[in-house]
Amino acid sequence: MQMPTPNAGVMAKKARIVARLREVLPDHAVIHDPEETRAYECDALTAYRCPPLAAVLPSTTEEVSAVLRICHKEGVPVVPRGSGTSLAGGALPTADSVILGVARLNRVLETNYADRYIRVQSGRTNLSVTGAVEAEEFFYAPDPSSQLACAIAGNIAMNSGGAHCLKYGVTTNNLMGVTMVLMDGTVVEIGGAHLDAGGLDLLGVICGSEGQLGVVTEATLRILRKPEGARPVLMGFDSNEVAGACVSDIIKAGVLPVAIEFMDRPCIEATEAFAKAGYPMCEALLIVEVEGSPAEIDMQLGLIKQIALRHNPVELRESQSEDESKKIWLGRKSAFGAMGQINDYMCLDGTIPVSELPRVLGGIKELSKKYGLDVANVFHAGDGNMHPLILFDANKSGDLELCEAMGADILKLCVEVGGCLTGEHGVGIEKRDLMHAQFTEGDMEAQLRVKDVFDPAWLLNPAKVFPLTVTASRREPAAAAA
Amino acid sequence: MLAPSTEAELSAVLRDATGPFEIVGGGTRPVGAPVAATPLSTAGFAGIRLYEPGALTLVAGAGTPLAEIEAALAEGNQRLPFEPMDHRGLLGTAGEPTIGGVVAANVSGPRRIQVGACRDSLIGVRFVDGRGEIIKNGGRVMKNVTGYDLVKLLAGSHGTLGVLTEVAFKVLPRPDAAGVVMIEGLSDARAVEALAMALGSPFEVSGAAHVCAGPDGPPVTMLRVEGFAEQVDYRTARLQALLAEFGPSTVETDPVRTAEGWAWIRDAAPFHGTGGDVWRLSLKPSDAPALVAKLNADRVLYDWGGGLVWAELPPGTDARARLGRFDGHATLVRASAETRTRLPVFQPDPAPLAAITKGLRAQFDPRGLLNPGRMG
Repeated sequence: MQMPTPNAGVMAKKARIVARLREVLPDHAVIHDPEETRAYECDALTAYRCPPLAAVLPSTTEEVSAVLRICHKEGVPVVPRGSGTSLAGGALPTADSVILGVARLNRVLETNYADRYIRVQSGRTNLSVTGAVEAEEFFYAPDPSSQLACAIAGNIAMNSGGAHCLKYGVTTNNLMGVTMVLMDGTVVEIGGAHLDAGGLDLLGVICGSEGQLGVVTEATLRILRKPEGARPVLMGFDSNEVAGACVSDIIKAGVLPVAIEFMDRPCIEATEAFAKAGYPMCEALLIVEVEGSPAEIDMQLGLIKQIALRHNPVELRESQSEDESKKIWLGRKSAFGAMGQINDYMCLDGTIPVSELPRVLGGIKELSKKYGLDVANVFHAGDGNMHPLILFDANKSGDLELCEAMGADILKLCVEVGGCLTGEHGVGIEKRDLMHAQFTEGDMEAQLRVKDVFDPAWLLNPAKVFPLTVTASRREPAAAAA
Repeated sequence: MLAPSTEAELSAVLRDATGPFEIVGGGTRPVGAPVAATPLSTAGFAGIRLYEPGALTLVAGAGTPLAEIEAALAEGNQRLPFEPMDHRGLLGTAGEPTIGGVVAANVSGPRRIQVGACRDSLIGVRFVDGRGEIIKNGGRVMKNVTGYDLVKLLAGSHGTLGVLTEVAFKVLPRPDAAGVVMIEGLSDARAVEALAMALGSPFEVSGAAHVCAGPDGPPVTMLRVEGFAEQVDYRTARLQALLAEFGPSTVETDPVRTAEGWAWIRDAAPFHGTGGDVWRLSLKPSDAPALVAKLNADRVLYDWGGGLVWAELPPGTDARARLGRFDGHATLVRASAETRTRLPVFQPDPAPLAAITKGLRAQFDPRGLLNPGRMG
């Protein structure tokens, strides 16, 4: 993976930059010893590593502003970092960059149940937002699998989704406002406890901008009352096509499940060996969950079972208790862990139109043969967000490159059938060089022009999202000026 | 009227332009400051391009009549989730609303409180910007974080960043039944409390409005639930029990009457044909009663649990001066051209945000060709 050549001028003035940062932050919040900066050398895309020039851990919006003002003045690239759980390399540093970690910005600032929002600092973890309102039976809906660890800042940067977005939407649909610091240190407030924008929807373009437009330090998030209950049904089918048709029929019948998860045979076998959830051995498995009162759940699951029966399932298991529900979810939730047990894997997240499911799964099977690498599929079927896991051996020379080439082919296939490169993980560095498959130069230029407005010096996370050749003419003058 | 029918033609029109354009869809929502410019119609971009009920997806040309889209969705037993308002009654306009107009003005209705605004259902756009560049963003899938989200930026940009040519939506099933719980006689403050209590319940309220006392009778507070008939019965009963402290309530489940009642709220019917200026306020719901008291309006309607307030003031009145600083924004939706020129129609932004907005406009429309001045 190519990264820009570090700016020698910036590297040479490390001592001066560190000294200036220490003027505005407590000593323990400025990390510059090469032994210690290594802790920030990568995120969850561990194949790529590079220690930053320094890392800072501010505790307030004012400190973030002071740090950015210094970096702006000194021409130092800044890479914002939430909890470092990005699978796309969104928080990968360059050797000339300062990592701005928001981990210490973790307070709840306000909870308001009458108006149904919570205001938090952005380093707070996703799950702990729900934790803060659970006692009142409320929750924060977006639930990425990394929710125990991932920060709201990262969720906003990547517009994270989760298993339940068919019903509740993704981060952008649950984000009401932000306090954000621009690269020059200016603090802006966008949105708040009210709905929608009074002018242009700036919040909408900030969410999902991968830390390239500003550093979000506080967020106002919509919270919802928990449903009375939820219960899944598990169904097995003897082909991917039939399972796909069943998903489509459920949706057409007017039921809106809160989640529809899909696993294919390689995935079922691996998770079964690992988690022993008691899954049937079949070609495709669906977990469909609905919410409501016990009677409402019975009624909806009854309807879903009727539809499933028309597709001759090899297994149809409705949860009757909390324990059975847990068991049904156990395998799905351990899928990634199970894969990690048997292999190294690369997890993609292209999204496709649901109707193209059989074609894409068939295409992936062919690519798997061509490259000689196994693939297990687990994904959010209701919204077409796939998660093919390509298995490889990181210790085998050439395997990572082979895996990446195959991943690129799978993502191109997703785009070809009308989908996209990434549904919830973000582009980062991982899919940066595939952007041409989805966008024309003009499509990308329009996006770069947005960054020009928020970050004219091109210092915020500059080497991400867009192919380096596309951003060179903007990044290089900025680097030369430093 | 200029009405290009391909993106290439539209691009050429904008590239070669020597003067500004007023972008026209159905012409039913002339919201914003008056624009004196050559009309440029989107009528050439009409027609549903793709509708896949099993994938909850619809793609249509921006000039497609909204009615055509709603009819196609009804056929598939689905609907646009956000219940777009019809502005014709309020603004005294005629013509056929288009889907592009809905997007350009980010038009939503009562269900916004449950399922989000137009921008939340919008998953893709194609547009031509003021440089004549043909640009796509988003697509036809409902989870997509590839690149920046210009889809949201275009929604509600009132034609000032680009001319929309195609829009794509996530749609939702149309429920079998609806039920409305009604409580009469509540003060504004008590009504907003009742709405908050219902919206904070697990019963999935899809409409939460309060109609103030008027010539039609005493004030009425209304809560809607939708779903299968059994669900509606269950939830309305639970809501009645939950709201017992607010006094006796009744339930309406007649499909025609419930649909008409919510269309009346959606379209701000109490303000149809009245003479004053109409302001639309988005605010923190619990702040609403006190702010409404400050407004001293001639007529008021609360929607979105109190988070949306429609208010009528004497012509030429500056509502923002009466409100002072508040968490939210006020839009002057209906007023004379003179007033809409004198008072900002859209809430003025603080300086750093105004600079960003200005910067974005300069990027997408450097020559000021697209609805110049419409948003201030």
